[in-house]
Amino acid sequence: MSTERAASAESTSPLVSVRDLRTWFELRQWGFLRVGSVRAVDGVSFDLGRGESVAFVGESGCGKSSLARTLLGLHRPTGGEVSFDGYRVQDLAGRDLQWYRASVGYVQQDPYGALPPFMDVRRILAEPLVVHGVTDRAERERRIRRALEEVRLGPGDAILDQFPHMLSGGQQQRVVIARALVLEPAMIIADEPVSMLDASVRVEILNLLRRIQSERSLTLAFITHDLSTVRHYADRIFVMYAGRIVEQAQVDELLEHPQHPYTQALLAAIADVDAANARRVRDVPAGEPPSLLHPPPGCRFHPRCPHAMAGTCDVRDPGMFEPRRDHLSACWLHER
Amino acid sequence: MRRWLEGLRELRRYPSAIGGLALIVFLIAVSVYTVIAIPYSQALELWRGGEAWRMHPVNAGPVWVDRLLGGDKPDTTVVRSEDAETRSAAFDGGRQVRIPLSFDYPHDDFPSEINLFLETRDTEREAFVRLRWQTPDGDIIPLGGRRVAREDRISISQNQTLEGRLGMPPHVGLFARSTDAGQPVPDNGRYRLIIDAILFGEDASLEADLVVYGRVHGIAGTDHQRRDLMVALLWGTPVALAFGLLAAVGTTVTTLVIAATGVWFGGLVDATIQRLTEVNIILPVLPVLVMVGTLYSTNIWLMLGVVIALGIFSAGIKMYRAMLLPIRQAPYIEAARAYGAGNARIILRYMIPRILPVLIPTFVTLIPTYVFLEASLAVLGLGDPVLPTWGKVLNDAQTQSALYNGFYYWVIAPALLLMLTGLGFAMFGFALDRVFNPRLRTQ
Ligand SMILES: Nc1ncnc2c1ncn2[C@@H]1O[C@H](COP(=O)(O)OP(=O)(O)OP(=O)(O)O)[C@@H](O)[C@H]1O
Ligand SMILES: [Mg+2]
Repeated sequence: MSTERAASAESTSPLVSVRDLRTWFELRQWGFLRVGSVRAVDGVSFDLGRGESVAFVGESGCGKSSLARTLLGLHRPTGGEVSFDGYRVQDLAGRDLQWYRASVGYVQQDPYGALPPFMDVRRILAEPLVVHGVTDRAERERRIRRALEEVRLGPGDAILDQFPHMLSGGQQQRVVIARALVLEPAMIIADEPVSMLDASVRVEILNLLRRIQSERSLTLAFITHDLSTVRHYADRIFVMYAGRIVEQAQVDELLEHPQHPYTQALLAAIADVDAANARRVRDVPAGEPPSLLHPPPGCRFHPRCPHAMAGTCDVRDPGMFEPRRDHLSACWLHER
Repeated sequence: MRRWLEGLRELRRYPSAIGGLALIVFLIAVSVYTVIAIPYSQALELWRGGEAWRMHPVNAGPVWVDRLLGGDKPDTTVVRSEDAETRSAAFDGGRQVRIPLSFDYPHDDFPSEINLFLETRDTEREAFVRLRWQTPDGDIIPLGGRRVAREDRISISQNQTLEGRLGMPPHVGLFARSTDAGQPVPDNGRYRLIIDAILFGEDASLEADLVVYGRVHGIAGTDHQRRDLMVALLWGTPVALAFGLLAAVGTTVTTLVIAATGVWFGGLVDATIQRLTEVNIILPVLPVLVMVGTLYSTNIWLMLGVVIALGIFSAGIKMYRAMLLPIRQAPYIEAARAYGAGNARIILRYMIPRILPVLIPTFVTLIPTYVFLEASLAVLGLGDPVLPTWGKVLNDAQTQSALYNGFYYWVIAPALLLMLTGLGFAMFGFALDRVFNPRLRTQ
């Protein structure tokens, strides 16, 4: 079935297309009384091309991981839709759903937590294959070794018999990446893949992801806090704020000509840090991030925005404007 | 795998682990020996009692205890006519036979009973026997005569007229030194029972076995039905181990799976499991088991099923739930969901194995509680009616007032085995707990 699908895919159409996606978490009291919803993802739309590498950035709690999980089918979206290769993901079931799960790999933030501590590397990498019905042991072994080589952990049997706690953080994350690759996915979603790693291995892992992405021409969506390195690993950037995408553009375009006041504040914060050579990353613009339970009316950034226009920004939701070519920003400043 | 090996290597540092393991290995060895030496069907057959035990004394204590205490109580003597010098003379239509059954009696206590088992073959009519008893001094005491059936038993010690004549029970009177006054003392030497029989039939023959029952028997002694307690003590071992192990496995596995299912699905499933557990915890186990036992105590495997069924929603669920809740959130489970692992796989392969090492000590210490439970039910008379078990022995001892009658061995042996089982598993379990739950590790 998956081969039919691959054949049917037109290489020009986007691989993933997300429209008005919403993921709300219901808050309940005493287990049943609804008291509100956390709007972790609230009206997100974008397209990802085949073989494209994109980064999602934004401060903590803006809904990046929720978006990733919704794309992975781990959360059922409250509204909107995700299409993958032309299929509505919400409608997939049974074998089709399994095909989708095999097509999207997942790399998590905490490599140690992402590996079952009671399984050795061979078992960990065999699990997805077993789940997807690869019953032939030799075939599994072959694919496991190939994935390990791809993440530069092979060759050699030693690693296969190791347990996660015997590996370094970098090796653990390589195993996680190998596990995401072993089913030969079309897309990989990496949620802050290096933020828990030692600074010395971060670049290695990012380079590895980038290399695998271009060799396999995978679609790579990675989530990061770190705007300073993003230019080396992504083609496009999505800036998220309070459950929404507020700005999107090619990497260089966005970093050099940030349009949205939030992005400008983010980049200014990085500049500050670089200048002061400070260790603590102050990547949050002044002010509190908004409550996702009761988001502010109008533009969600307006309480913190230096350019907020009373009567406009605090009343009406800004749509997406295109202040520059192929550069979208959700800010009333760019209304034409 | 390597983790387990390391754990096992570390176990050697704990004397209690070695001691406990030694006890467990001993019990397992006994079980294996028993199952091979006395097959199941044979054990049931033996324990049913009856003719198989007719040459065993009633309520005899263990030989070694008596000897250890410096006693010289008699053990059982059997004299067979095959070994005796039988003389026979034919007459018209039959034969006259004289069988002298002689034996040495060196003990300083009286036997507990005397029986003569007779078997006649090829007779046309019932044979007639006359018995005489010859003491070491040469005195002859006539024991009377009677007709005998094809297979017959003459209970010499039950002979009322003889008792009246001797002034004391025959098994005392026949051995007492005639001159002594006061407390009778047995006379040592060679005794002889002379059987004079008249058999009707050309080829008629007679076989006679004289059994002078002792007061001690074997390693474990005998019970009120002459059964060798060894049979029950031996067979009780595999039964106890199997019951304890199966019940522990059964309850642990079902409890674990149910707890993990509740944690994984959450919501209504979890709430239902929790409420059922709470109700089940309040229900007292023993009375319920007693009730069930009275209704269905037909065999041990049914009891096992009931025990497991009652254990499904046991307090363990609460403990497992607390351990599994944080694991539910583990990123590796999210990853498994992302690559398409199903609910059953996540519960069985990702959640439960995570807490298994912590559960092993609990599991090991759980085994003896079920052994005790089975024994308690048997003591209450709710055990398997045909299977020889430790609890059954205790139950018999209780109904026969063993302690009141001074048959301590009858209670001590099964109780000791039960205690050893509990001790072995407890010692091993505590050591395992130290190794697998490093929080408890003492430096
Ligand atoms: N399963 C859930 N149930 C309820 N609320 C949730 C759930 N998952 C996330 N949230 C809430 O949704 C909001 C967005 O969380 P999310 O993890 O997506 O943020 P994030 O951008 O990934 O943050 P970070 O950079 O810290 O990882 C947070 O307020 C969080 O509390
Ligand atoms: Mg996150």
